[in-house]
Amino acid sequence: MTAIDEGVLKLDPEEARRVRQERLERIGRWVLPLAIMILAIWLWDRICVWNAIPQYILPRPGVVLWTLYNDAGLLFSALLVTLRITFLSLLLAVVGGVGLAVLFAQSKWVEMSFFPFAIVLQVTPIVAIFPLINIYVDNQTTKLLLCAWIVAFFPILSNTTLGLNSVDRNLRDMFKLNGATRWQQLRYLRLPAAMPYFLGGLKIAGGLSLIGAVVAEFVAGTTGQSSGLASRIIEAGYRLNAPRLFAALFLISLTGILIFLVLSLISHLILRRWHESALKQER
Amino acid sequence: MMQENVAQAPASASDVAPTLLALRGVGKVFSNGVTALSDVDLTIREGDFLSLLGPSGCGKSTALRLIAGLSTPTSGVLDWRGGGSLDRSNIGFVFQEPTLLPWASVFDNVWLPLRLKGVSRARAAPAVTEMLARVHLTGFEDAVPRELSGGMKMRVSIARAMVTKPRVLLMDEPFAALDEITRFKLNNDLLELWQDERFTVVFVTHSVFESVFLSNRVVVMAARPGRVFNELAIEAAYPRDEAFRTSPDYAALCRQASDVLVKAINSTAGAHHDGH
Repeated sequence: MTAIDEGVLKLDPEEARRVRQERLERIGRWVLPLAIMILAIWLWDRICVWNAIPQYILPRPGVVLWTLYNDAGLLFSALLVTLRITFLSLLLAVVGGVGLAVLFAQSKWVEMSFFPFAIVLQVTPIVAIFPLINIYVDNQTTKLLLCAWIVAFFPILSNTTLGLNSVDRNLRDMFKLNGATRWQQLRYLRLPAAMPYFLGGLKIAGGLSLIGAVVAEFVAGTTGQSSGLASRIIEAGYRLNAPRLFAALFLISLTGILIFLVLSLISHLILRRWHESALKQER
Repeated sequence: MMQENVAQAPASASDVAPTLLALRGVGKVFSNGVTALSDVDLTIREGDFLSLLGPSGCGKSTALRLIAGLSTPTSGVLDWRGGGSLDRSNIGFVFQEPTLLPWASVFDNVWLPLRLKGVSRARAAPAVTEMLARVHLTGFEDAVPRELSGGMKMRVSIARAMVTKPRVLLMDEPFAALDEITRFKLNNDLLELWQDERFTVVFVTHSVFESVFLSNRVVVMAARPGRVFNELAIEAAYPRDEAFRTSPDYAALCRQASDVLVKAINSTAGAHHDGH
């Protein structure tokens, strides 16, 4: 203790090696993936040059970047349209998923009766359902929202249901002993206990709602008019505009990564004080 | 059934204390056919520190759950003084594990029983603060359970059980998972609390030493079927402190209780001891 206070902690070789190892790992965690990524992009560029591949088949990374800059107005307005569907459907997935989970948690019977419907909805490919939605729903935005919602709500529903049902038995007894009402038990015990499960589902649903939005646009794009990123991709494909296609693809991936990172951060901030998953590992 | 060995009931002060709860012929059979408790007669008096001591499977935890109202007996009656069962707010329960809300601070955990009765944070604050001081946790109000040691978590659990000022405190092997030094310390503090407040304690344990140190009555139970085997009065005077723990009196009492416990274990038909 005193040695640390004075800043002259003498480390034996084993501890010194461990400290070195940890420092290396810390740096490597960032540097390695970055280096591999740069190497891969460089290789992509070289392959284009060495084989003299025409731009409409495989554009060089520099050209993609240039297109991203040149077509920024077009691409980002399309991204905005896709993002709107993504976040709206994620919001609805949270409301619907948590709402249904709470309903399921009220009684085993309700859960047993209705959970199969949720599974059916989940396992049926959205592309196969879309023609029906197309018949039943007129509004373009509503169509897309419905599609993205169907894809995104299930992980939230199933995770939250699991969380609400996995409360410590003693804690439940403790609430019972103190005369807690059903509502109090939900509010003070089951909902907080389900939080880590919900947040895990949310992270999956975030990515899925983006995928749902893009897929819905794709399917809708072939039948009607849409202005999201997917329709830009289809359009670019028809015109053999590979650079724009790549640029749009890049934007979608970047958005997905950002959504994941933001949701991970939110999850970490909420759980950091109490949940195992968010605590730093101790040796 | 096999109670040929019943010792004299304690003749000291507890005799004059009024009865709080009488279990008469209480039995519990689970749906899987296991007889957890059979024909238990037990009288708990006001101010008792009563230990239920026995091997695993003797139904001591089941008895505690019956008293708490978390379970209902298959046969027999629990006769609370004045008839009917006590209001639940008059019972505090301490589980084997601390059983705290992991996301809530120490303060909020202790506040919980009051919160469930509709007492606001501000109005509960004096009681919570006082209770935390009683278990020596002043200054840890904002810590979350994860940041506390096992002993401190158990202190929070006791504070939570006591914050409603219950007349009966039920404890289900509360210190079994703690190291010995921590356990001794918590034993001392619990006794101090009990002497100040004079509530009634029913304490389930499988430790002879703990039961003798704490209680004025030790009820020894036997397994298969779970039943009361014998009862010992521990007549050593309170306050009991570290000096008592090293005294010959204490050693003699422990030996006596230990002998009874061994008889209780051997009384189990077949005497297969799985000791899990």
